[in-house]
Amino acid sequence: MTAGEPLIRWDWVASHVPDILGRIGEHVVLAGIALSVGLVIAFGLAVLALWRPALYAPIVWVTGTMYTIPSLALFALLIPFTGLSLVTAEIGLVSYTLLILVRNIVTGIRNVPEDVREGARAMGYTRAGSFLRVELPLALPAIVAGIRIASVSTIGLVTVTAVIGQGGLGALILDGLILFFSTPLIVGAVLSVLLAVFVDAVLAAVQRLATPWARAR
Amino acid sequence: MGEGALMEFLASALAWLADPAHWAGPDGIPARIGEHLVISAAGVGAAALLAIPVGLVLGHVGRGGFVAINVAGVGRALPTFAVLVVAFIALLPLGTVAFGFGPTFIAMIALSLPPILTNTFVAVREVDRDVVEAARGMGMSEAQILRRVELRLGLPLILAGVRTASVAVIATATLGALIAGGGLGRYIIDGLQRQEYERLFAGAVLVALLAIGTELAFGLLQRVAGRTLEAAR
Repeated sequence: MTAGEPLIRWDWVASHVPDILGRIGEHVVLAGIALSVGLVIAFGLAVLALWRPALYAPIVWVTGTMYTIPSLALFALLIPFTGLSLVTAEIGLVSYTLLILVRNIVTGIRNVPEDVREGARAMGYTRAGSFLRVELPLALPAIVAGIRIASVSTIGLVTVTAVIGQGGLGALILDGLILFFSTPLIVGAVLSVLLAVFVDAVLAAVQRLATPWARAR
Repeated sequence: MGEGALMEFLASALAWLADPAHWAGPDGIPARIGEHLVISAAGVGAAALLAIPVGLVLGHVGRGGFVAINVAGVGRALPTFAVLVVAFIALLPLGTVAFGFGPTFIAMIALSLPPILTNTFVAVREVDRDVVEAARGMGMSEAQILRRVELRLGLPLILAGVRTASVAVIATATLGALIAGGGLGRYIIDGLQRQEYERLFAGAVLVALLAIGTELAFGLLQRVAGRTLEAAR
């Protein structure tokens, strides 16, 4: 970076709008795939843990260990097998969502009061019916809280996937680093924070709309 | 990759790790682990020096919960990679400071501040108000209450925050290698650039082990601290 260069050159931003929008799109897709796949897997694991409580500790241990492994290291570990690909990025991103999601789903369901569960059974709900129609809706606030944490951290992590050539806002940050040019760098960083805050706010609003009974309290 | 090729690769990665040449000199494994631990400890240490006093005081006066929670929220949304690169560019006019240690140090502080601050604040708030009132009734000054009652009773939770921060920092300090920093990330970045996948794989395994080891070591420390606290009662 040469001296006297401004931190942000707005003319660069103005002439790169389609490029920047494309990067935001890639970022949203990368994070969206990770969260959807993560949610499906976490839901399966949570059901398993609720059905066989003895499995909860090992599931938390395994997902907790995955959470501990550094993202860059995990990508690196996968590259010899899956290459510089979308699959590599997604395996890494998905594995970071699991601990948070499983923990919140299981805690949410377990916190449903026993009387409510008994009441549902007494009303003639089957075990599966009670789970789907009574317990799951009541656990929704805890589950959405987990999804919010997972989304915010995933959106931040997606910036690292640029290092293995998967685009997203991290690619702008990387461009800035390689060219010693602060504009794309700051644009990428600021947009990634804004995206995380925006998604968090949207999910909070969804939660309020989906759980009207929680608002009355 | 077939199964035979996979086994072959794992064998050559193990051979890379076992090669005595990779255990000596400034690019040797002990030196890289040392660098990794130094930068991580510096970042977490500096963050703890800032966040613990602030968290204690905010918790003691019972105000600023909003600040503590929001710092944590924004901190989580802030991608460490972005902080690192912004710090790098910002430090460039200062010369060599910009390469490696400086920006990594700043990014690691930013990463560890939120969990330590939130946990310290919550730790103090969770101390039984009756105990604090009793201490006040016994004639303790506010500073004494802070040090002897709230800090001591809140210690397990504060340590839990430092633990979360440390594991995250050990894992993330890897990124420092992207801006010419040392540490175990060096193997990953160099391995990636030279397409030496054994080096990259070995680096990744070492960082993962170091992160898991840190997690376990803090678990032990927390248990010891908890027991000491019980014994003191």
